[in-house]
Amino acid sequence: MKDYTQPEFHVDIDYSKCHKCGRCVGQCGWGVYKFNERPIPDDSKCRACHRCVTFCPAHCITIKKSELAYRENANWEPQTRKNIWRQAATGGVLLTSMGASRPQQSIFDHLVLDACQVTNPSIDPLREPMELRTYLGNAEKGPAIKIETPLTFAPMSYGAVSLNVHKSMAMAASRLGILMNTGEGGLHADLYPYQDNVIVQVASGRFGVDPEYLNRGAAIEIKVGQGAKPGIGGHLPGEKINQEVSVTRMIPQGTDAISPAPHHDIYSIEDLRQLIYSLKEASGYKPVGVKIACVNNVGAIASGVVRAGADYVYLDGFRGGTGAAPAVIRDNVGIPLEIAIAVVDQRLRDEGIRQQASIIAAGSIRSSADLAKAIALGADSCAIGSAALIALGCHLCQGCHTGCCSWGLTTQKPELTRRLDPEEGAQRLVNLVNAWSHELQEILGALGVNAIESLRGSRERLRAVDLDEQTCKILGVKPAGM
Amino acid sequence: MCGLAGICDKSGALIPGEVIMKMMAVQRDRGNGLGAGYAGYGIYPEFADHYCFHMMYDSTEAKEACDIYFERNFRVDRNEPLPTQKTVGIDAGPILWRYFVTVDDRIIKQKDTTEQDYVVDAVMHINTAIDGAFVASSGKNMGVFKGVGFPEEIGHFYRLDEYEGHTWTAHNRFPTNTPGWWGGAHPFALLDFSIVHNGELSSYGINSRYVEQFGYHCTMGTDTEVVAYLFDKLMRKDGLTVEQACRALAAPLWSEIDRMDEADKAYYTALRRKYGSAMLNGPFAIVLGTSEGMIALSDRIKLRPLVAAESGSIVYVASEESSIREVCPDPDRVWTPRAGEAVVVRLDRVSRKAEVA
Ligand code: SF4
Ligand code: SF4
Repeated sequence: MKDYTQPEFHVDIDYSKCHKCGRCVGQCGWGVYKFNERPIPDDSKCRACHRCVTFCPAHCITIKKSELAYRENANWEPQTRKNIWRQAATGGVLLTSMGASRPQQSIFDHLVLDACQVTNPSIDPLREPMELRTYLGNAEKGPAIKIETPLTFAPMSYGAVSLNVHKSMAMAASRLGILMNTGEGGLHADLYPYQDNVIVQVASGRFGVDPEYLNRGAAIEIKVGQGAKPGIGGHLPGEKINQEVSVTRMIPQGTDAISPAPHHDIYSIEDLRQLIYSLKEASGYKPVGVKIACVNNVGAIASGVVRAGADYVYLDGFRGGTGAAPAVIRDNVGIPLEIAIAVVDQRLRDEGIRQQASIIAAGSIRSSADLAKAIALGADSCAIGSAALIALGCHLCQGCHTGCCSWGLTTQKPELTRRLDPEEGAQRLVNLVNAWSHELQEILGALGVNAIESLRGSRERLRAVDLDEQTCKILGVKPAGM
Repeated sequence: MCGLAGICDKSGALIPGEVIMKMMAVQRDRGNGLGAGYAGYGIYPEFADHYCFHMMYDSTEAKEACDIYFERNFRVDRNEPLPTQKTVGIDAGPILWRYFVTVDDRIIKQKDTTEQDYVVDAVMHINTAIDGAFVASSGKNMGVFKGVGFPEEIGHFYRLDEYEGHTWTAHNRFPTNTPGWWGGAHPFALLDFSIVHNGELSSYGINSRYVEQFGYHCTMGTDTEVVAYLFDKLMRKDGLTVEQACRALAAPLWSEIDRMDEADKAYYTALRRKYGSAMLNGPFAIVLGTSEGMIALSDRIKLRPLVAAESGSIVYVASEESSIREVCPDPDRVWTPRAGEAVVVRLDRVSRKAEVA
């Protein structure tokens, strides 16, 4: 059936500058270019991932937004019309990837941080100690994990991302004294040397889970939900299950890896408790965390999770990324991370159980400012997935689910995955985390404190600009001027 | 900027209130007349076993409401105005009253609580639920005398020269973050703990949320009260020693902890993890008065001054050495405590008891 949609981008090549080297043809994972004496682009295939632009030696490629005019209609935006054409042609669920991209308000952008002037001195992080060390786990007893800065890498499974991405994160985590997270795809043998800096995940598909796996991790995480697709399971297509992925996930090569929506052994909170303690038993009492998506009732859910024995609660906000999700779910289900942190932190305090577990916040932490604000709202640490991929080259083209990532990140095609050198990837991640840590130290210094625990949950140091009264109340943050 | 001073005779011998007033007079320019106060220990020997509530009332209605509250919830053995005298520079303040009360054992049993928790709940109730009533202090054989004015005037106003105590602390205030009001002057007290504080807690936001989890309510809009609650929580409820509490509130740096031997490392890591939200951050020097003596502590990087001196059985602390020399020109030893290092002064009778135990 004819596809009624029109290309979103226009690939503009300035042939007067072009070397006719053909590099763009090879670089593009989406097959945009044909070569016939010169590169000929097919606009309809372009996802604006900028791989070709970045590697074109002549700098003669420009990707433009299609200038095609649509009859103005604020109600029926072009994207809405395109979605209908696509679905009319295929009858399918519209898939997408990365985090929610619609222009919903970002609460982080409406929060500002405090600073010292005169009555209490700011502290110069270049001259004074400025401590970021954080522990995840029950603050009063039991096992805990030490991280040198309040940041970890978010779970992204081997299978969804390439092995080189995993290696980059594992090496970076071990150099930084932080953690990477396997996601639900098991732990490849190449990562064993870094296992002390790895959280191993147990998800509904139980891929790659056996006693050895549980014992290798620094901590175990039960994945209940994901911010990008709360209530939805996962589906890794058979094409991505090559030999290595198949061994790591412990499933036959070429079969689809289906993660059911719920864990079929968790239908209520007491089931979760049993799983938490089974995992603790199986691993000699390692810390066990639970990752949940931020939904309306997140306060009560988190409270149940902590009472069930979790050592940390991982909150994944509705802007969190994904390797593949139905667009309708990604863009419409779940609540903002900022609200979830505030509600959960307060709820655990009200119930007197805040000390029993840490809070890891994730779901589009874009900068050290978001990190600082999340911590001030009540998180112990944040996790970064999208930001880590962006550090590795991702241009947020939202094409991960196609398995053709030109940057070699969310693909298993060897000609693409080899584009990421794990050593260089690790260095980029180390640089990013170090840069954010330095910025966080600057923020602490301006706030006049020299340890991260003095910012954690200190909502008094935040003010809201342009947020309604109810939202301020829920956040426990005063409006600016008060 | 504020000024503070403390004095404690370890032998338990009583020191006249005039001495601490003199120590404060030297530090006049560390305040601006918007708040000053004193805490004295051992000042009510005839009522040593009574909780003494020093009260401030904005109105007679508040006093009446509170009178009823005391009658209903305590055995009130004496109930009288706090003695004061007209003083130049002190404007009409609140109605000042004191109550010597005891708690009926039966109520404690019935409510399945402890006497001290019962008193703390009463303090929280009065401060939050009775409009215009404010508890200045609630300990045994101690009292807080504070208000809006310079320290020597406040001392004169409360006739401090008529009291004697084994321990005194005092404060001269230069308020920057809250308006000058009588209740907002230092010391802040709860049960036997009283705090004077020079500085500002940059960590107040989380410190207050921390204590709120345990039923304390920060109602005075100033950061110092939270320190009193923290000491109450750490020492009375969690059973930490003074030294441990100080190490929790002004925690050693991780770099220091990393260099310790294994046992200490494990201990301090656990202490710091458990009390991360209680840790006091930002510039501060505090003097804590207790029925057992006095503790002085400064922040982890010493952003506020604190000097200590010793002469015989008497220990002095102050923001300025001049303040000590004013009353003790030639002490045996004068020193500047290091950042985050507590000066702990215990009455001899308390130390002896600890040794026996
Ligand atoms: S990479 Fe650049 S220079 Fe080379 S063929 Fe493509 S457009 Fe031309
Ligand atoms: S990981 Fe690759 S495919 Fe996914 S959004 Fe980034 S650049 Fe695009």
